Amino acid sequence: MNLLANRLFWPIAMLVALLLVNLIAFPGFFALQVRDGHLFGSLIDILRNGSPTMIIAVGMTLVIATRGIDLSVGAVCAISGAVACSIILGAPDPDNVGTVVVAVVVAVLVSLVLGVWNGFLIAVLGIQPIIGTLILMTAGRGVAMLITEGQILTIRSDPFKWLGSGFFLGLPVSVVIAAVILVLAAVITRRTALGLFIESVGINPEASRLAGVRSKSLLIGVYVFTAFCAAIAGLIMTSNQTSADANNTGLFIELDAILAVVIGGTSLAGGRYSLFGTLIGALVIQTLVTTVYTVGISPIATMVFKAAVVTAVCLLQSPRTSQAIANWRRRSSRSTKQEVVAS
Amino acid sequence: MTATRQDKQATARAAAKPTTVRPPARQRPSNGATGLLTAVRNLFTNPKYGPVLVTAILLVLMFVIGASRYRGFTNPQIVFNLFIDNAYLIVLAVGMTFVILTGGIDLSVGAVLAMSTMITAKLLEAGWSPGVIIPLILVITSTLGLLVGLMIHLFKIQPFIATLAAMFLARGLCYVISNTTITITDPFFVDLANTRIPLGGRLSITWSVVVAVIVVIAAVLVLQFTRLGRTVYAIGGSEQSGNLMGLPVARTKVLVYVISGFCSGLAGILFTFYTLSGYALTAIGTELDAIAAVVIGGTLLTGGYGYVLGSVLGVLVLGTIQTLITFDGNLTSWWTRIFIGALLLVFIILQKVLTSRRT
Repeated sequence: MNLLANRLFWPIAMLVALLLVNLIAFPGFFALQVRDGHLFGSLIDILRNGSPTMIIAVGMTLVIATRGIDLSVGAVCAISGAVACSIILGAPDPDNVGTVVVAVVVAVLVSLVLGVWNGFLIAVLGIQPIIGTLILMTAGRGVAMLITEGQILTIRSDPFKWLGSGFFLGLPVSVVIAAVILVLAAVITRRTALGLFIESVGINPEASRLAGVRSKSLLIGVYVFTAFCAAIAGLIMTSNQTSADANNTGLFIELDAILAVVIGGTSLAGGRYSLFGTLIGALVIQTLVTTVYTVGISPIATMVFKAAVVTAVCLLQSPRTSQAIANWRRRSSRSTKQEVVAS
Repeated sequence: MTATRQDKQATARAAAKPTTVRPPARQRPSNGATGLLTAVRNLFTNPKYGPVLVTAILLVLMFVIGASRYRGFTNPQIVFNLFIDNAYLIVLAVGMTFVILTGGIDLSVGAVLAMSTMITAKLLEAGWSPGVIIPLILVITSTLGLLVGLMIHLFKIQPFIATLAAMFLARGLCYVISNTTITITDPFFVDLANTRIPLGGRLSITWSVVVAVIVVIAAVLVLQFTRLGRTVYAIGGSEQSGNLMGLPVARTKVLVYVISGFCSGLAGILFTFYTLSGYALTAIGTELDAIAAVVIGGTLLTGGYGYVLGSVLGVLVLGTIQTLITFDGNLTSWWTRIFIGALLLVFIILQKVLTSRRT
């Protein structure tokens, strides 16, 4: 009973079920190989392909905990990729590590500015988060197009390529980055009072302001952090494709990230969050995509499955459902008690 | 009868925002220049009329700029072309207006539109008659809207997330149907797509425009003169007061998503007239255009205030931006998105200013 009541029970059960389906369809699914000192295998693939979603979902979790939402992450991904690629393309020597570092730093700085913009609209002007970030979502891809001048920028730069497809200590670099961001976010928000403040703003921004929490700067900070996550994810995706495509980089990733957060048990009503749940959520999504591939269903049908998962998770989390379950339990426990009394 | 309904509506709003009560703003200028000035200022700072007026002025201004800078912009056909090119968006925006008036949002309209173009193209390819397909599409998309509405109402799921699921579902089904472009060769569709209705003097419109205009008129009538319309406004004002007044809140809340689904389906059919093909990736981001049109048209995102005709103006503003950029030739098409984003920002801030002054 206790296990069932845990809000991470259903996400983990879903993940285990998906992994089992894979194992049955493809017995060698869990096999890990070491080639040239690097780990390979389907599980590593899941981690690597899921890392951009994972990174964005970490930021999104904090935003959603403040009862906000950030729809602009996909556009921020596109912008950061476009900025980095255009700098590397413009440089005389694209293989120079210095060039790549400059490109990455500039791309991240640009995204931080975008994060401040979102935070300003929401915290200072008081615009609803969905709408405030919708503006950047609409205009952002236009800006990315402007940076790439409407073209797909293909780059050849080994140091930049390392970001998306390189290895560090035997693990893919993107996975290491995702892990670092997740752990950092968890330590900073959970080992300090910051997490508590974020949750209190999510429950009631006005009350937390009166209690001495700096709601506004906290909100801006959260949106800046999400933009930072989106920028990193955008760089990883761009590096993976070795090209910046203003139209398609990070398309629908905001939805995947929100989905990961929701599956992980963080309520969209704000006020509480679970970064570990988000990790599970992101893994569920990526495993779902992989499962669709391994089972041999046409990969284009993935979105239908995602729709099914969102619907199922929402229905399970809905207060109406939990009430129904509680009623059912009470009734069943009462009837067992009566049986005991009767006997 | 009408008076009591208006009273009800006013009470609903009064309960929501105690200080926003105003006599349904029909302030005629009392006398003299100062009276006129106050009346004008009241009109512009009224959350009901202010944004719509600003949009109308913006539209006129854009036409004046266009006419002064580009040759051929004064041709009346430019205006008709706006309607021809955006007939589907007008229909989408009408559905979206209903949803946003209740304080909800529908993110699925673009995907549902794409899905209905795909189903239409596929079934036409399979040799079905258009007389069967069109009603079928409308039933399918309305049913999808009904399911979304039920999810939102019965399970208290946020409209944002429920319509997101519908968006995934519809877009996924597009790919399942086909991931290549299906061309429509059916004579009925080709005829309808190419037929122009002459209006005299070398001006013409298409049947899509006629359909869109009928939809707009029907929506205006429903919103202004029926119980359903008043309930929609009342829910946007305050759902709780609506409930306490005994209005059919539950039914209406579900119904607006059915209306939005229906409009998306109809818009899909109009879109097939326009493109004569079905393609899984069409209309990505159209939901944003529809939301932008509604917001620019003066509908408050928190619900309760707004007009269908305002949304039509919003669509025309978006269309005019596109036309201006095409006429200019130096600006590239991606400026459209940036302009739309900037306009969206301006109008949202305007709404914020207008509503915050009154609370």
